[in-house]
Amino acid sequence: MWIYEKKLEHPVRVSCPDLRFAKLVITQYGGPDGELSASLRYLNQRYSMPFDKAKALLTDIGTEELAHMEMIAALVHKLVDGACCEDFRAAGWDGQFVQHDHGLFWTDANGVPWSAKYIACLGDPITDLTEDMAAEQKARTTYEHLIACTDDECVKDTLRFLWEREVVHFQRFGEMLNDVQEWMNGSTHMWMGHRPEEKE
Amino acid sequence: MDCKEQAAMLMRIQEMEFVAVELNLYLDTHPCDEDAVNDYNCAVEVLRQMRKEYEAAFGPLFNFGWGGFSRTPWQWVEGPWPWEI
Repeated sequence: MWIYEKKLEHPVRVSCPDLRFAKLVITQYGGPDGELSASLRYLNQRYSMPFDKAKALLTDIGTEELAHMEMIAALVHKLVDGACCEDFRAAGWDGQFVQHDHGLFWTDANGVPWSAKYIACLGDPITDLTEDMAAEQKARTTYEHLIACTDDECVKDTLRFLWEREVVHFQRFGEMLNDVQEWMNGSTHMWMGHRPEEKE
Repeated sequence: MDCKEQAAMLMRIQEMEFVAVELNLYLDTHPCDEDAVNDYNCAVEVLRQMRKEYEAAFGPLFNFGWGGFSRTPWQWVEGPWPWEI
C-alpha cells in the first residue's frame, strides 16, 4: 500500500511561466529517463531481488521517484500557467494545446508518448541493478542538459535538487550491487545463478 | 495563518523529511550503522512533532487513517494542493 503525503518533497517554484522550457522538461515526466520510468522500473524489479535489504532499497527509491514525478508535474503545471493558444503556438507546442490544453501528458521532449519499452526487468539482480545505475546516470545527464537550457533560478533550484537525488540513488544502487555480488560469491551460490528468495 | 506561513512551516518539514529520506536510503545499504539509526530515530521524533503542529494549523498531511483527526466538513478535500503552493 502507498500513503499520499499532501506536500512536495522539495518546493517547486518558477519566476514566470515558460512554455518553451515546459516542452523540454516534460521529458522528465514521460520520457525514457524520466521519473515515471524510474519509479515503475524499481517498484517492478523488487520482486526478483534475492534478499530483504535489496527489496527495501528498490521499494524506497521507487517510492521517492514517485515524489519526483509529482515535483516535475508541479513544475510543468506552473510553467504553463495562464498560457493561451497563441502562447503555445509561439513556443512550438500547439500540438500540446490541441490535445491536452493545460493538462499533463506522458511524453518526452519530442512529443513521443511514454512506453513500457523504457523499462527493463530481466529478473536477475545483477542485470537489473546495473540497469538501474545506468538509468540514474541517464537521468543525471538529462537534468544537466535541462539546467543548461533555463535561466530561471527558481527552476534551476528544483532541477538541481532532482539532479542531486540521481547521484545519491546511483551511489546506493552501486552499494547494493556490491552486496549482491558478494552474496553470490559466497560458498553456497554460483556467481551467475542466484537462488531466489534465499535469506541473507 | 496565511499561505506564506504555511510555506515556511512546510519548508521545515521538507528539510527534516529530507534528512529522514537520506538516512533511510543510507541505512538500506548500511543497516548496522548505529549512529545513523540513532540519527534516523531523532528525525522521526522531530517530524512527529512538526507534522502535528502543521496539521493543527493547516489540515491533514495524510489521509486513509494516517493523519490527525478531521473536523466537519471533511478537511482532506481543502486546498491548496501541493502543486498550488
